[in-house]
Amino acid sequence: MRLSEHIYRTISTVAGPLLFVENVFSARIGEVVTVHTPDGRDMEAEVLEIDGDTALVEVYGGTQGLDIERTSVSFSDAIKKVPLSGDIVGRIFNGSFQPKDGAPMFIPEKQTPITGAPINPAARARPADFIETGFSPIDGLNTLVRGQKLPVFSAAGLPSKEVVASILKNSRLADPSKRFVVVFAALGLTFHEYSFYMKVLEEMQTGFVAFVNMADEPVMERLLAPRFALTVAEYLAFEKGMDILVIITDMTNYCDALREISTAREELPGRRGYPGYMYSDLASLYERAGRIHGLEGSVTMLPVVTMPEDDITHPIPDLTGYITEGQIVLSRELHQKGIFPPIDVLPSLSRLMQKGIGEGLTRADHRKVSNHLYKYYAKGRDLRRLEAIVGRDGMTKVDILMLDFADAFEKEFVGQGAKRRTVFETLDTGLDLMKKFSLEVK
Amino acid sequence: MGMGGRIQAISGPTVTVDLKGLKLYERVYVGNAMLTGEVVRLEKEKAVIQIYEDTRGLAVGEPVKGVGMPLTVRLGPGLLGGMFDGLQRPLERLRQDMGPFITGGKEVYALDYMKRWKFTPVLKAGEAPTMGTVIGTVDEGAFKHYIMCGNYSGVKVAHMRDGDISLDEPLGEYEDGREIPGCNEWPVRMARPYRRKFAPAEPLITGQRSIDFLFPLARGGTAIFPGGFGTGKTILEQSVAKFADVDIVVYVGCGERGNEMADMIAEFEELQDPWSKRPLRERTVLVVNTSNMPVAAREASIYTAVTMAEYYRDMGYHVLFLADSLSRWAEALREISASLEEMPGEEGYPTYLASRLSGFLERAGVVETMNGRIGSLSMILSVSPPGGDFTEPVTQACLRTTGAFLMLDTSLAHRRHYPAINWFQSYSLYAKEVAGHYREKVSAEWDEMLLRCRQLLQQEEALREVAEIVGAEGLQDTDRMLMRTAERIRTEFLQQNAYSDDAFSPPDRTLAIIKGIVNDHDRAMGKLKQGASLEEAV
Repeated sequence: MRLSEHIYRTISTVAGPLLFVENVFSARIGEVVTVHTPDGRDMEAEVLEIDGDTALVEVYGGTQGLDIERTSVSFSDAIKKVPLSGDIVGRIFNGSFQPKDGAPMFIPEKQTPITGAPINPAARARPADFIETGFSPIDGLNTLVRGQKLPVFSAAGLPSKEVVASILKNSRLADPSKRFVVVFAALGLTFHEYSFYMKVLEEMQTGFVAFVNMADEPVMERLLAPRFALTVAEYLAFEKGMDILVIITDMTNYCDALREISTAREELPGRRGYPGYMYSDLASLYERAGRIHGLEGSVTMLPVVTMPEDDITHPIPDLTGYITEGQIVLSRELHQKGIFPPIDVLPSLSRLMQKGIGEGLTRADHRKVSNHLYKYYAKGRDLRRLEAIVGRDGMTKVDILMLDFADAFEKEFVGQGAKRRTVFETLDTGLDLMKKFSLEVK
Repeated sequence: MGMGGRIQAISGPTVTVDLKGLKLYERVYVGNAMLTGEVVRLEKEKAVIQIYEDTRGLAVGEPVKGVGMPLTVRLGPGLLGGMFDGLQRPLERLRQDMGPFITGGKEVYALDYMKRWKFTPVLKAGEAPTMGTVIGTVDEGAFKHYIMCGNYSGVKVAHMRDGDISLDEPLGEYEDGREIPGCNEWPVRMARPYRRKFAPAEPLITGQRSIDFLFPLARGGTAIFPGGFGTGKTILEQSVAKFADVDIVVYVGCGERGNEMADMIAEFEELQDPWSKRPLRERTVLVVNTSNMPVAAREASIYTAVTMAEYYRDMGYHVLFLADSLSRWAEALREISASLEEMPGEEGYPTYLASRLSGFLERAGVVETMNGRIGSLSMILSVSPPGGDFTEPVTQACLRTTGAFLMLDTSLAHRRHYPAINWFQSYSLYAKEVAGHYREKVSAEWDEMLLRCRQLLQQEEALREVAEIVGAEGLQDTDRMLMRTAERIRTEFLQQNAYSDDAFSPPDRTLAIIKGIVNDHDRAMGKLKQGASLEEAV
């Protein structure tokens, strides 16, 4: 502990969000510092690197108006922490953890570092139990499980916003006696998107915590907001025993912010200019999902990734896919057919589905129904290529039946519209559909 | 030993200290929190240290202390069934000490020094042990654990103890008064010695039909599973860990998912080793460094694990080392290299990636140990190429040194064909060496069936293009029969559900299935030749 506050006026370089401060006495990595601008503003910043008595400091807000002569920096001797309290539920904050809903700041019960600590693998409990999203292609065929991290892969122009809003509103646990809260982090929102989500949150009234960073707000906040969200989620889950679903949209904005900061730091760029440590950095977010032996709550994650150029091998969806436990893929083709939600079940996958379905969790026939729907739909989709070559007339009766089934599956099972379906309705819809086409469900 | 210095600079996982007299790869304690680190570069007045824990909160000017020894692991009874992090800290005991989250800066020894063992001495008074000589044995679960002499040699034993011991007591005494310890330390980056090495010749049976039959592995060999995400690398690695015909399995979860490890731990508690009928956990050592645990410890984790694997090999056991995934190790290497500001090679990986990798892979092999036993260490490593692109540096560096390449195919995985091993692109360089074993031990028909299976799959591939254009109906009956048989090979033979009774297929069953399919095919083809229709022939 330092006995006095250290204030320096020894800035040597200002480059984007980065400052070099010289002659600093014993700075810490990750230490929070305050930058006092010449026009009287105070901005928070963090120590990134130290070389001898030179500290490299990263400013969270915009660095416009900073100068070398008059700007001063005070060092706090503490690392970045967030205030936490049970009263946080129902609140909306910006990317610097300031209330954005007009109400005053809550009184914190405790302060916790934002990076969190890794869960000891020996303390992890397997993900289990079903979370109902209200969407048939997810609940029926790619079930979300408590403690899982399941991203939504979208592309420009697809209605990921509407899909997220529905999940935000409609998600619930099978057991209604448990407290379920959605923690929502929105990064780089346009005003258009912002007003859309605000309306959704207004309708919900409570059962959420939101962090909103706007498109014209500092990029550094895009790196902080998900960490705020996850720290809050861990607190509510593992100290207050709640089940938390964390929705982060859009991880592509997060990764672009990471790239921007990384190039400002003059780090070596990796694939497509993204830093080489992006895998570890994304993992430090995604891996915070989970359950712990002996504790009540859970953190489940649903990050949204917009695939640049619809390319699933782009580093952002690629690295995400390597860390998460499956993916929900939105399809342009289905969207153009007017199907909502445009979820393509074939490339979608929930690796942990088996842990959340079956007797006592959803229904005994869930696995069977899901496997058959998948099989028949895949067959129908496969036959569409043949249809394109030989034409419908050249195909056998059985093949035509499968083609029709695939169409009906998309329209009726996937294309449920904005309506919420319970998992039982989902399974019944699937069963009815197969019955209509006289398809066997063994 | 015990020299002190101060931190001068901190950058990511590396710090620079003003400490002279350190050795390269010496272990150091850094800062007030006593974080563990390793010296990676020496300059005139200073040393660069890579830190195995989160550096957040570390300050310039904090003390640094050299240990005088490189990064080591402790080797002795009690490792089996254990779960360790990349620095060999036992995770279960860490959990008891610090709760469900790992906060770092705490040293906990891998071995339980309080546990009592029943010791049976082998060495007698008057004998002079050398490196690797068996001192005595204890029973570790179902295994006889041979306690071996460290590198202390040339002095005769004065007396040996017998019976109830714990690891913090000596097992006996040398004539010069030194104690004989029950456990040893060994530097992780140094391969343990052996008398001589043999070329792999015996098969490593995995219970996976597409591996054992098409691309057989060998004990003492090395293999990689590269595949994009969702191709089932982890499931395949875990299936092999469960069912492989070896004595001991060392599994490293290197930079992968925590939930997967939790799942695996729970499953290994429940499942049995199909060969010995004992709980799987008893034959397994887990090293776990999930993707959100410190990156430098991830780099060290595969060395920690392979050293433990070599230790059991030295007792004359057949050990299988599995790592999931090697790409995460290479990325950790890249991250550390970048923070050292080294000149980058391809895709930012350091240029020593290939030599580090081959040096590591050469620790596999069949050997005659220092005490004259025959042990083997086999390696199976998964690789996660970015974007599923196999031309990337890690896959390519592996291809030059490993003996088998089992390519996991995204399009097969999309069709839910698991294990998604591509049967045209994969290869095994051990096929010739181990074929004799399958021929003698399983059936003389092994080679013939293998040839038939390959032919059928190749013929189907050629036909499939035609079928895509003219439709299945447009093909001749014999061609349709062939497609039907190939389909059966794919679904009934190559596919294997990792969650059913079929997850483990012993070689005789493997052969019986393919033989059944091929015989059915021949019979139907015979009928077709005599003029029967396809429906009649089937």
